Amino acid sequence: MRVRRLAAWTALPLAVTLGLAACGSGGDGGSGGSDSSVVSIQIAEPKHLVPTNTTEVSGAQVLTGLFSPLVDYDAQNKPYEVAAQSITSSDNKVWTIKLKDGFTFHNGEKVTSEDYVNAWNYGAYAPNGQDSNYFFEKIAGYADLQGKTPKAKEMSGLKKVDDLTFTVTLSEPYIDFKTVLGYTSFYPMPDAAFSAPGVLKDSYEQAPIGQGPFKMKGTWQHDSKIDVERYDAYPGEKPKVKNIEFRIYQQLTAAYADVLADNLDVLPTIPTESLSTAPSDLGDRYRTSPMSSFQFLAFPTFDKDYSSPDVRKAISMAIDRDEITKSVFKGSQTSARSFVSPVLPGYRENTAGKAAEFNPTEAKKLYQAAGGPSKIVISYNGDGGHKDWVDATVNQLKANLGVDAVGSAEPKFADLLTKVEKKTPVGAFRMGWVMDYPTMEDYLGPLYSTNGSSNYYGYSNPEFDKLVKEGSAAKTQDEAIAKYQQAEDILAKDMPVIPLRFGENVFGHSSKVKNVEMDLFQRVNLVKIEAAS
Amino acid sequence: MFRYILRRLLQMVLAFFGTTLIVYALTFAGQGDPIQALAGERPVTPAQRAYLTEKYNLDQTGVGGFFYRYFDYVKDLLQGNLGESLTGRSIGDILQQAWPVTVRLALIALAVAIIFGVTAGVLAGIRRASIFDNSTLVLTLLVLGIPTIVLAPLAQYFLGVKWQLFPPTAGSDPTFYALLLPGIVLGSLSLATALRLTRASVAENLRADYVRTARSKGLVKRRIVVVHVLRNSLIPVVTFLGVELGNLMSGAIITEGVFNIPGVGFNLFRGIRTEDGPLVVGIVSVLVVVYLVSNLVVDVLYAVLDPRIRYE
Repeated sequence: MRVRRLAAWTALPLAVTLGLAACGSGGDGGSGGSDSSVVSIQIAEPKHLVPTNTTEVSGAQVLTGLFSPLVDYDAQNKPYEVAAQSITSSDNKVWTIKLKDGFTFHNGEKVTSEDYVNAWNYGAYAPNGQDSNYFFEKIAGYADLQGKTPKAKEMSGLKKVDDLTFTVTLSEPYIDFKTVLGYTSFYPMPDAAFSAPGVLKDSYEQAPIGQGPFKMKGTWQHDSKIDVERYDAYPGEKPKVKNIEFRIYQQLTAAYADVLADNLDVLPTIPTESLSTAPSDLGDRYRTSPMSSFQFLAFPTFDKDYSSPDVRKAISMAIDRDEITKSVFKGSQTSARSFVSPVLPGYRENTAGKAAEFNPTEAKKLYQAAGGPSKIVISYNGDGGHKDWVDATVNQLKANLGVDAVGSAEPKFADLLTKVEKKTPVGAFRMGWVMDYPTMEDYLGPLYSTNGSSNYYGYSNPEFDKLVKEGSAAKTQDEAIAKYQQAEDILAKDMPVIPLRFGENVFGHSSKVKNVEMDLFQRVNLVKIEAAS
Repeated sequence: MFRYILRRLLQMVLAFFGTTLIVYALTFAGQGDPIQALAGERPVTPAQRAYLTEKYNLDQTGVGGFFYRYFDYVKDLLQGNLGESLTGRSIGDILQQAWPVTVRLALIALAVAIIFGVTAGVLAGIRRASIFDNSTLVLTLLVLGIPTIVLAPLAQYFLGVKWQLFPPTAGSDPTFYALLLPGIVLGSLSLATALRLTRASVAENLRADYVRTARSKGLVKRRIVVVHVLRNSLIPVVTFLGVELGNLMSGAIITEGVFNIPGVGFNLFRGIRTEDGPLVVGIVSVLVVVYLVSNLVVDVLYAVLDPRIRYE
């Protein structure tokens, strides 16, 4: 008997814990979202909510509500002032930023030029490990804040003039600086965010205080939701809805089911699995709008198999882009025949010319004349849903060029990049790009310049580099765009990469909201959205 | 008995260190470049790279570096500090939020399995070869044959979206009602197994000598089934359900994902997908403990149910 009683005692604590946990499940009220005054928007769990540390779209979506940018972009994607009164420069090197009066942070603090200077210095200071660190690299004195033990804590290029004015000195003239200022990392942070100069409070990220149209309601509830409510003292355009709930989903398919059941209001990205049924499921609540993403096929130009531009052009001509966008992507992406996104000022159609036109006979002739490899490999990351279109492309190459072609999956994009960096022969490989701000330079610089941050394919053309540099140092926008376009023409000749597709926002919303608009950065416009009556 | 439990506890310590070492090694050995993985498809700036390298001691390379990080980790673990995920959140906090949700889901699933599985199992066992028995056989085969990854979205689509009987997802602070559908889906697999186990065991025990004796003594059938047969038939079922509880507590990656339930499986899945090594190792270490404890409880429960079983 003694034995059995002891056993019961061991088993009891677990049973009690479980019983208590079960009691906790009853009683709490209904889950949010059913109340019509709250608009719910799907996001993934943001990595961070500090402006200078937020580079992914979910975090940026929340921050667009909490903060108001210095500039935003109009229908032509040219910048116009929002929180700034004026942003001017006579030489494109020293920029004077005047702030609008009347902006206050959600804790009542007045927004001053110092709040911008402090936030930007915090972002640029390398030991803080901020994701957007590199956005500040054009500002004079940035280099002094880098390394393990930086020489300085403040960039010499940032100077406060008075409470509402400050100047930014760049290390060299840059025509597009005003456009860059629309990015998330250039928001101000209030004094309340810092526990000491240059030291951010840990708690700030849990409930960021901004100067935007919405303020935090409670704190960031990790893995579940972020609630915001209208900030009535906001001097800019007033939002139409009072409360927004950013609901965190792990899987888009779950969010899609919720939109169908009117349980979620806005789904910014419709999952690939549901693309074919979404138009009939959602009717006129299935929407598309332009977006900046650009998918292309890159070649290791240092590999002798692919070093000839003619080989690359022949491969490009053997791909029927329209067929793939139609059958694989169900029209959710469009064929690309230029090297920059169509949403940019300065974009021209068909800059790649003949080389991007589907022409199997020419392609085969050119390929054989240029002595292309007998087997083409296309590497891609297996976790990104790329298999379908890579397989389709490979089949087209096989049929149209008469060569052997295979797709080769790497587990992760990082694995693919590591291999490319080590110059392991991976064949051609897929890449994608989404802009940070709408200028041609944001494509040409990182992707094709010799020292470009995403130029993994070793493309280098001194003339191209020179033109891009001249473009960014130009006196006027028109002059800059002319230079950028000349640079793009060089790409058409060299064909370092094959443009494949431009992306679109493919989104859906419930029947409880209207006026749902999305911007080029895959973010829902929180000021325009309205509850349907 | 006391010595038995003590011995098991000592074994658990060894098992714990062994499994965490293996999990730690596997998680970080298979990883290409954790920093690039964290940044996704964006280029990583040198400043960011230097910061993360220092923060996670990634500058120590090779086998020495691995043990350096492992011991560092175990040291923190013994002090009750599960560390931080790559996004800078405390893993302890993450688990504290996730666990109650997972436990509620697991209990619903288990209740479904017990109430429906055991009851139907007993009925099928008593009325062997009846229509009821045969139809449950087909149904359980069907459920066992359909993987959760198909069953969960189907249930969500039909019961949640099409006929709107249940909310399609649970979301934050789920109510009992919102967890019911995922609980049923999750429990259906254990339900099928529990049903089959109970049925086989009841059918077998009904033919046992002691049942014939009881019947010849003139006992009513209900008393024979409930008191004599059921108690003996439940031993294999309890073993199964105990192990299943440990399983369910570790979260259901697929079900929690489909129904958007922010539980343990949900977080584990995110950790794996974003190559968040510390998060994966942190969660798995705790899961190891859960498994070990639930196994011990099952073994001890054996002795409670069956007086013939003794531990030395």
